[in-house]
Amino acid sequence: MKAPRAIVKWLITLVVLHGIVVCAGFFAPYDPVEQDRKSPYLPPMRVHFLGSNGDLHARPFFYSLKPREGSFDQYEQDTTEPHPLKFFLRGSHYRLLGFLPCRTHLFGAENARIYLLGTDGYGRDQLSRLLFGGQVSLLAGLLGAGITLLIGLCIGAVAGYYGGWTDSLLMRLAELFLALPWLYLLFAIRAFLPLAVSPLKAFFLIIVVIGMVGWARPARLVRGVVLSSKERDFVRAARGFGATHAYLLCRHILPETSSVLLTQAAILIPQYVLAEMTLSFLGLGVPEPVPSWGNLLSSLQQYSVLVSYWWMYLPALAMAPFFLGYLGLADSLQERGEEYKIETRSLGNLT
Amino acid sequence: MRFLLRRFGHALFLLAGVSVLAFLFTSLAPGTYFDEMRLSPQIAPETVAALRAQYGVDKPLPVRYMSWLNSVLRGRMGFSFAYNSPVAPLLLVRARNTLVLTITSTLLAWAIALPLGVWSAERLGQLPDRLLSWGTAILLVIPDLALALGLLVFAVRTGWFPTGGMASVDFETLSPLNRLRDLAFHMILPVTALVLSSLPLLVRHVRAAVADVLNAPFLLAAMGHGIPRRTLLYRYALPAAANPLISLFGFSIGVLLSGSLLIEVVMSWPGLGPLLLESILARDLYVVIGGVLFSTLFLVGGNFLADLLLYWADPRIRTESSTR
Repeated sequence: MKAPRAIVKWLITLVVLHGIVVCAGFFAPYDPVEQDRKSPYLPPMRVHFLGSNGDLHARPFFYSLKPREGSFDQYEQDTTEPHPLKFFLRGSHYRLLGFLPCRTHLFGAENARIYLLGTDGYGRDQLSRLLFGGQVSLLAGLLGAGITLLIGLCIGAVAGYYGGWTDSLLMRLAELFLALPWLYLLFAIRAFLPLAVSPLKAFFLIIVVIGMVGWARPARLVRGVVLSSKERDFVRAARGFGATHAYLLCRHILPETSSVLLTQAAILIPQYVLAEMTLSFLGLGVPEPVPSWGNLLSSLQQYSVLVSYWWMYLPALAMAPFFLGYLGLADSLQERGEEYKIETRSLGNLT
Repeated sequence: MRFLLRRFGHALFLLAGVSVLAFLFTSLAPGTYFDEMRLSPQIAPETVAALRAQYGVDKPLPVRYMSWLNSVLRGRMGFSFAYNSPVAPLLLVRARNTLVLTITSTLLAWAIALPLGVWSAERLGQLPDRLLSWGTAILLVIPDLALALGLLVFAVRTGWFPTGGMASVDFETLSPLNRLRDLAFHMILPVTALVLSSLPLLVRHVRAAVADVLNAPFLLAAMGHGIPRRTLLYRYALPAAANPLISLFGFSIGVLLSGSLLIEVVMSWPGLGPLLLESILARDLYVVIGGVLFSTLFLVGGNFLADLLLYWADPRIRTESSTR
């Protein structure tokens, strides 16, 4: 079946957005943990074409910021010297896609530092932290959803295929997990794991915890599909030919669940990215100095930051397109699922 | 009747199961509240050992579970190490604060979502409907966290609203009417955040449910009889579309205690959310278990309420369950 246009459109959007995050090292001008101690809480810089004296520059440029007279946290533009924006510049080392050593950055400047989204309290570039934080948060969402779907697939397939007491036992368990408020459950499980661990350990801990919480809904959906498809004619025919349970499940029944799993993935991934964000925001997730979308925002818990440094909020807005992409994808997948259902139903009436 | 009894038994089973699960998770936990004490040179090891013995943290899991169950039946729900008091009164105060917030915002959200969804379903595919769909989509993709923080930034920069807490410093000295006004003033921001975060889902569901029945032949017939549009929509279409909405309402009731956790923490509203977070960090495990159980109680109760309402509203369910 041909994929409808809407699905392709949203998929392309998501691939582009994820591509930017995957190549964070290239798009980010600096290293996410590199500190510029002299400029904490620098407001976002503006890129100009027109100079302060009114002349037009061919190359976009920016002014670096200097502390205002008699103040220590107010900055103003230093208009004496424009710094031209350089593209494909050699800067700090990073690994493209995690293994290719590389040092070319999309943009930057030679004698000054550019902070398009400002800096945080340690003088770290917020844009770089946003991009690199996306790697952590999105990977957590993807892997978490993968774990959930795997568990859900296994349990749903076993429950639906074997039926009987296995089915009732597993479905009672699923109801239990559905009855628990899931954010609370996440917290409760996190509560009983060690609090202070290394970033890498914390990251995998969180993924496993998040992934284990949500298996119940996909399991129920998979079970439904397995229940209906194990009585289909081609499955019965295969069984008649003496196919084993494992062969029937893998070759004939589980492929039927793919559309349900895809839709669930589109729903679960953004939900899990949010879960990671929430945990990290509250200090239960990926710890500093590793950036993640959650701990990028956690400085906003301080009143002084809220009052004086509003640009610390900008990353929150930058995340919205990702969630929009997943929402659109999930919606169009669900729509297709319904159309497909109606199609098969009307075909069934004809025969 | 048998249908309801069965649902009730199911709800009880869920609660019992959740309490067992919560206890199982606690038994996996490394460390207790008293571990921090051991590090302090001011507390003798014997004291720590005595405390551990007093609260029975070293006993095996089934014994602890039974004694906890005992204290639940006595209305105490275990003992909080950090607050040095039974858990139930602690939770009740916090739950009251949470409910003040969430009941207001749930009612408000439904009061806005119903007419908005019907209005949009009536104009399905037209410009206002498409604009509204985009609006709800945008609201839907803004995470709760970003929404709450954005409102806070707004409040701080304009200085129009208080940015945290539930009452002003001089709350105790105010007259009852002024107290109410003070409370309402503090509620504006969290209620806005909660309404905005729950509204898009509600509007979408109302719109989908009503749009589903608007094409039904009986409505066409009613329209042909010249029944006014408003009566048509609210007296005929809405009740016919009610079933999914009643389930959704049950869910709204269910998340009254658990849905506002994050917003409470961000806006420092003294509800269940901050208490739970605090006790997680302090390993005050009976408070955690109590909080989880409390909110599960609501979730299960909300589902049960939805079942009751469906049973009352839909004759099909009544006959189906009596013939079975």
